[in-house]
Amino acid sequence: MRVIQFREALREAMNEEMRRDESVFLMGEEVAEYNGAYKVSQGMLDEFGAKRIIDTPIAELGFAGIGVGAAMNGLRPIIEFMTFNFSLVAIDQVINSAAKTLAMSAGQYGSPIVFRGPTGNAGQLGAQHSQNFENWYANTPGLKVVVPANPHDAKGLLKSSIRDNDPVIFMESEMMYGDKGEVPEEEYLIPLGVADVKRQGTDVTVVSFGKILKVAQQAAEELEKEGISVEIIDLRTVRPIDYAAIVKSVKKTNRLVIVEEAWPLASIATDITYNVQRHAFDYLDAPIRRVNSMDVPLSYAPTLIEAVLPNVKRTIEAIKSVTYVS
Amino acid sequence: MSDAKNTAKTAAKTTTKKPVRKTAAKSTAKKTTTKKTSFSKETYMKWYEDMQLMRKFEEKAGQLYGQQKIRGFCHLYIGQEACVAGAVSALTKDDKWITAYRDHAHPLGLGTSPNAVMAELYGKETGCSKGKGGSMHMFDKEVNFMGGHGIVGAQVPMGAGIGFAEKYNETGNLCICYMGDGAVRQGAIHEAFNMAMLWKIPVIFVIENNGYAMGTSVSRTSNVIDLSTLGESYDMPSEGVDAMSVEAVHEAVARAADRARSGEGPTLLEFRTYRYKGHSMSDPAKYRTREEVNTYRKKDPIEQVKDVILKKKYASQEDLDKIDAGIKEKVEASVKFAEESDFPDASEAFKDIYKQEDYPFIMD
Ligand SMILES: Cc1ncc(C[n+]2csc(CCOP(=O)(O)OP(=O)(O)O)c2C)c(N)n1
Ligand SMILES: [Mg+2]
Repeated sequence: MRVIQFREALREAMNEEMRRDESVFLMGEEVAEYNGAYKVSQGMLDEFGAKRIIDTPIAELGFAGIGVGAAMNGLRPIIEFMTFNFSLVAIDQVINSAAKTLAMSAGQYGSPIVFRGPTGNAGQLGAQHSQNFENWYANTPGLKVVVPANPHDAKGLLKSSIRDNDPVIFMESEMMYGDKGEVPEEEYLIPLGVADVKRQGTDVTVVSFGKILKVAQQAAEELEKEGISVEIIDLRTVRPIDYAAIVKSVKKTNRLVIVEEAWPLASIATDITYNVQRHAFDYLDAPIRRVNSMDVPLSYAPTLIEAVLPNVKRTIEAIKSVTYVS
Repeated sequence: MSDAKNTAKTAAKTTTKKPVRKTAAKSTAKKTTTKKTSFSKETYMKWYEDMQLMRKFEEKAGQLYGQQKIRGFCHLYIGQEACVAGAVSALTKDDKWITAYRDHAHPLGLGTSPNAVMAELYGKETGCSKGKGGSMHMFDKEVNFMGGHGIVGAQVPMGAGIGFAEKYNETGNLCICYMGDGAVRQGAIHEAFNMAMLWKIPVIFVIENNGYAMGTSVSRTSNVIDLSTLGESYDMPSEGVDAMSVEAVHEAVARAADRARSGEGPTLLEFRTYRYKGHSMSDPAKYRTREEVNTYRKKDPIEQVKDVILKKKYASQEDLDKIDAGIKEKVEASVKFAEESDFPDASEAFKDIYKQEDYPFIMD
């Protein structure tokens, strides 16, 4: 199968959906003439023109709201945040408007809109540029939240997100845009809300999503050498969460570790922990462990990043602790 | 309070304000040439040294970024030096400063040691933010430099708040708050302008108009491209300033400071400047022409000051060469200092998060 970059997979998804549906447009900072801050939208202005590929001023609250209004009135906007750190400037329109129009209007006005862009740490960028808000958005009823981990999923999930009739938060990573992976030439869609078992195993289930999934995969490879068989589940969407897939796996392995880049309090990991103890309590042979970023903002210095982000070492420790191997 | 009185006040101000802005914008050049003589030799020499230090420091930072000694995003100030140097000379050391992420030159101009700024760029514990902030988050309380902020526009309401505190405490000090031409399109800025004017907060809002926000030229962001008019909706006194001229910057800031200190509140200054380099180290800046860059290089703020110094015989070329050599040494020393300093210890990750010493962090 052909191999393309993550950013190309995203671009293909947008291009295909824009060719298919005139009501889809892309709006954001530097998306048009600059071809995207991270070159995701390269060439799209050339193909679709300035009517549909729209550069904005730096005014997140304004253009997010313009997106919501356009969505209520029949269009299907894709709103790009240069990073989700900047979505906080716009969060009022995401939470109070996009996520609420359908409920408040009792079904009369929905907001079929995609807010997309990179999330999380991307090198030594300091505290304001290194944050994960997957759990913040996932906390909000009315939104769906998608966090793909590879080019194949990115394409299929983004196409589904654009076609979805509800508002979708679609979170990528600067550090994944260059990742390469197999992506079929022919069209395909991946449904939202369905997890993917990335690796079969028998001793322990590790749940993760987004770019930090790689940490779980590296840990699993290391542990295989030591005879520990790790099953890895990629959530792919964190609202809705595919609890059934997790519970099914835990019933097999009887142990669970969750690896997530966000801070620990009220995280996706915490929510999964609740659901698994609720629905698979009798199957658990060890307390569930989570590996999150430490409970602090991320600093610039490399030593502090090393101390704070989830990594392979901490993941291996957590897995060993639930499998009672030392 | 009677509405009539308020309306009268506003009307009076509107009529007096308009000519202020228009004439100031137009006559900057004239004013500059006539006033040049009014600055002392010492002022010129300090401007030269300050701006040359910023320039050489940034050139070095650019090189070091290429060598991956400096990581993350790194935004250089080359070309914009007068925006800081002219304001430093016009204000007092008790005034407060705040800006965005293009923030290496502000602390340097205020007297932060180049060692501390360079060490911060390296992420070392001896940096002015202990290696925690990096390029975008310089802070130095010693010189009243209040950062170094990464969310475009966020520092503007904060700057108004800093000024609010000065007024509240009746200190007579003010806050000078910098923002980019891109930042002025953020809604929060307009909220801040309005309240600062309503409450007569002692703050100088400075737009560093370097023509671009990343790859987006000012004219692609609005119908209103004369940024000095942005205060008009709030009746805020405003001026366009040729910020390639450090004299013009000084004079405009001095006027704004008088206004702030006499209780008249904020001023909006649009500094017309230029960044010679790309937005950050990763931007090849293909959206503009070499000719455009060269037009500004011809008006280089450091060259302008140098011309005056030589013409007025404040110093000879040899004297300036000596100063340059000293600056080069300082910059080299800052690199050595940064190289030899240590990265912060891992335990620092849990420090400075809360003032509370025994805060119970989640430790899984
Ligand atoms: C809220 C927010 N949106 C987007 C960004 C990304 N960003 C960083 S700098 C920048 C351009 C800002 O340009 P300008 O205000 O003109 O300042 P300059 O870089 O020219 O000094 C953008 C879009 C950000 N940091 N914060
Ligand atoms: Mg600019």
